[in-house]
Amino acid sequence: MARSINLDKKQQTIYGWLLLLPAGVLLSLFAFYPAVATFWSSLFSRGTRRRAAEFVGTENYTALFNDPTFWVVVKNNLIYAAATVPISIGIALAMALWANSKIPARGFVRTAYFTPTVLPMIAAANLWLFFYTPDLGLLDQIGGLFGFSSVNWLGRPDTALWAVIIVTIWKEAGFFMIFYLAALQTIPEDLREAANIEGASRWTFTRRIVLPLLMPTTLFIMVNAMINSVKLIDHLFILTKGGPNDASKLILYYIWEMAFAFFDAPAAAATTVIVLVVLCTVAAVQFFMLDRRTHYQ
Amino acid sequence: MNYFTKASFGLAGLLAATALTLPAYAQTELTMYYPIAVGGPLTNVVDKMIADFEAENTDVKVNAIYAGNYDDTRVRALSALKSGEPAQLAVLFSIDAYDLIEQEIITPFDEVATDEASKEWLKSFYPALMANGEIEGHVWGIPFQRSTIVAYYNKDKFKEAGLDAENPPKTWDEMVAAGKALTKNGKWGLMIPSTGYAYWMFQALAIQNGKELMSNDGLNTYFDDPAVVEALEFWKALSDEHKVMPSGTIEWGTLRQAFLEGQTAMMWHTTGNLTAVKDAATFDFGVSVLPGNVQPGSPTGGGNFYLFAETTEEERAAALKLIQFMTAPEQAAQWSIATGYMGVSPASYETEALKAYGAEFPPALVARDQLENAIAEFSTYETSRVRDGLNNAIQAVLTGTKDAKSALGEAQEAAERLLKDYR
Amino acid sequence: MSRFLRHIEGAGAILLAIIWISPLVFAFWAAFHTTSDAVNFRIFAPWTMENFRTAWEGAPWLRYFLNTFILVTVVLIGQFILTTLAGFAFAQLRFPGKDFVFILVLMQLFILPEVLIVENYAMVSRLGLFDTFLGVGMPYMASAFGIFLMRQAFKSVPVELHEAAKIEGCSLLGILWRVYVPLARPTYLAYALVSVSTHWNNFLWPLIVTNTTATRPLTVGLSIFGAPESGVNISVISAATMMSVAPLLIVFLIFQRQFVQAFLRTGIK
Repeated sequence: MARSINLDKKQQTIYGWLLLLPAGVLLSLFAFYPAVATFWSSLFSRGTRRRAAEFVGTENYTALFNDPTFWVVVKNNLIYAAATVPISIGIALAMALWANSKIPARGFVRTAYFTPTVLPMIAAANLWLFFYTPDLGLLDQIGGLFGFSSVNWLGRPDTALWAVIIVTIWKEAGFFMIFYLAALQTIPEDLREAANIEGASRWTFTRRIVLPLLMPTTLFIMVNAMINSVKLIDHLFILTKGGPNDASKLILYYIWEMAFAFFDAPAAAATTVIVLVVLCTVAAVQFFMLDRRTHYQ
Repeated sequence: MNYFTKASFGLAGLLAATALTLPAYAQTELTMYYPIAVGGPLTNVVDKMIADFEAENTDVKVNAIYAGNYDDTRVRALSALKSGEPAQLAVLFSIDAYDLIEQEIITPFDEVATDEASKEWLKSFYPALMANGEIEGHVWGIPFQRSTIVAYYNKDKFKEAGLDAENPPKTWDEMVAAGKALTKNGKWGLMIPSTGYAYWMFQALAIQNGKELMSNDGLNTYFDDPAVVEALEFWKALSDEHKVMPSGTIEWGTLRQAFLEGQTAMMWHTTGNLTAVKDAATFDFGVSVLPGNVQPGSPTGGGNFYLFAETTEEERAAALKLIQFMTAPEQAAQWSIATGYMGVSPASYETEALKAYGAEFPPALVARDQLENAIAEFSTYETSRVRDGLNNAIQAVLTGTKDAKSALGEAQEAAERLLKDYR
Repeated sequence: MSRFLRHIEGAGAILLAIIWISPLVFAFWAAFHTTSDAVNFRIFAPWTMENFRTAWEGAPWLRYFLNTFILVTVVLIGQFILTTLAGFAFAQLRFPGKDFVFILVLMQLFILPEVLIVENYAMVSRLGLFDTFLGVGMPYMASAFGIFLMRQAFKSVPVELHEAAKIEGCSLLGILWRVYVPLARPTYLAYALVSVSTHWNNFLWPLIVTNTTATRPLTVGLSIFGAPESGVNISVISAATMMSVAPLLIVFLIFQRQFVQAFLRTGIK
């Protein structure tokens, strides 16, 4: 940072902190303080009419680890992440390559890919609920044409989570495509021409030149997709409510349920702390192990 | 103008302003949260009832807030209370009573309804509908939008299959036999929903098999009782063995549509859907009480009025007036006709409106007829969690993940863990 | 051979596009047909507006639209102010503690407001902002993403412009307002697009902190309207869904090019 503004040091310090003050206050109120408060409240038992809340140390965590539902939810969320992250990135990449190449009806294709992104997840879930309904839903109707028997997509433990995953991918891929499109447009045209002259096929060009150049974008998208795999749960409220038998329950929904349906704030707090620790680990990996310069300079 | 006159002018102005903002009489303002759990634009019906009440009682102003389904409404009402927003009364799940008492949020009606007329009023409801609200010797909930489970059946399909359309099944065996006759061409004989309110449907099966799921004090559950296990095995057998019902869980929300489209010839559902089915059915349908096995029976369901504890004397009196108005026979009859919910008192079925409606549309009376065999809906302390465990056990069995005995055994253990703190 | 492949690719791209858009197209179609026609897939059944009428009467949609609009505006204004100030400090000023604070801000990228719903709800209640637009918007105003974006944009402003303005006697805030903000206009536009579409669609947090029709945004209203307890009426829900997505969708379709361009230009990445 060679350039500097011509102000004396003291003034810069005063201005700097003053300018940061509003954001700092809000960040403290709605991120840092709540994070600490969550940790603190996870150390207390739940107060009831018969017994006031008391300090219980790590008891809430032990209870959580002994709760089979918690592990089901963790497993679900891992599957959810492991499926939505790579698949939506893969599809987004394919979409971007297509939307950037000379194909017929490119405008339509681009719009079609991107449109789901504009919809609220709640609305998307409403659309898909209709698809998944057994017998009456579109999926079963189409399946019926080919002689498949009806499948209760949202009502079976082995399909419910996947039904949820598909909606997430549908919603996300178009958004990630935009980032790839942006990156693709920065690839200089003469690279392509050079490759053409060399007689490299388009596939070779894509694999050898384009994909490596897209690596930083991919990393960025990956982090976003990972965050989304924690955050994107709105459709559960419409599609499955975490059922059947917790088969599609994700961790944030579980937190919501414990806090606002079961009124078990300490258990919700303990779960939140665990999620925060995991997220911060992801952040640390992102900052210190992956190439930092590409994104944050 | 000297300082003194200025000040007195100011004071006079202030007084005048106060006089203007205060109405001539003291108006009590009430905020009421309520859910709608059945189809149709029922908020309008509630709004109209409120408007009628306000017209009669000009000293009370009511803000009725529609807050979604039962769970949404409970969350919203409690959030409001915790955030210091006004809320004096709410219509909430009848089965939330234990938890509301435990959190010291509600106040019993018998301590507010103390004059003779009000005491009589407390006794005017069907006892089966009062059961969920009577705890520890107090009355905590007043029935409002109450239902039971009834069996809807497609008369056209019954006739097609050579069954007597005027005599729907009365026992489990008859139901299975009818189901077998009705299951053909990819259409099903029977559907019992198993999402959302699985425990409720299951409670019906258990009571029909001779066993209640919980004790009257909300402290014990009997999930692992042999009769209860057998009831769940029967439910599972409907799809596995008898093949009259699709396997897996059946969605509560889309079931009505499935019935209306003829995907199933019979369905179990809340009476709260009666009007919606009536309005949309393109075939002749009937409604009957649920079939029995050892005995007939159904749980009641739906929402009760609750009065919040942090209220002033005036607010309580006004809230009581409002609740009395909304549960009065005439209003209850209107509400029942608009929704399919039950009239909450015997007197409501004696009103002209409901008498005429019942004569013209007999299914409207089935829920009432079932009341003599009705039991309180499943409710305990920690009710959401205990119920959630039961729902999961049911779904695990219906989807073939676990057998009935072990699934219910686990649910029972979990319930024991949760309830032991309250004993 | 390669031409053949290219045709296959084109077909694949279009097929994917059709799959991608089909839920929306189907819901659109269903919204204009009776439930019975919709679930039985009678393609040539007559069209009807009845579902829209039923849906429209079923909830105060106009109020929901207004709420969402106000909410999105409040959030956006708050974000613009806060991120501009903070972004400028991070980009152009040197003062002790800056790097440390910047790392704290970046951490917020991962401490999602969504995860902290319980404590944030308690905080909003404490501040007396429960069931207000400000209460819904505040946790999102000091957006780390926005601060980061503004910092990037301000860093690329030539220092000469700053000096020139200074010589003309502008104060620091004056320079920020007259030099930096106008030059960062594309960034503001792109950020606004992201912010608006995010908050137009936000659900979980508004679900928790709004209680009445006076503040309830579209998404929450839609979820309440379609509460499956009421027995889903597919056509009416499709109609309600179409109504609630229409404004943003239409705006997007009209400004599609600008939308994508805005992204590309600022290279949000």
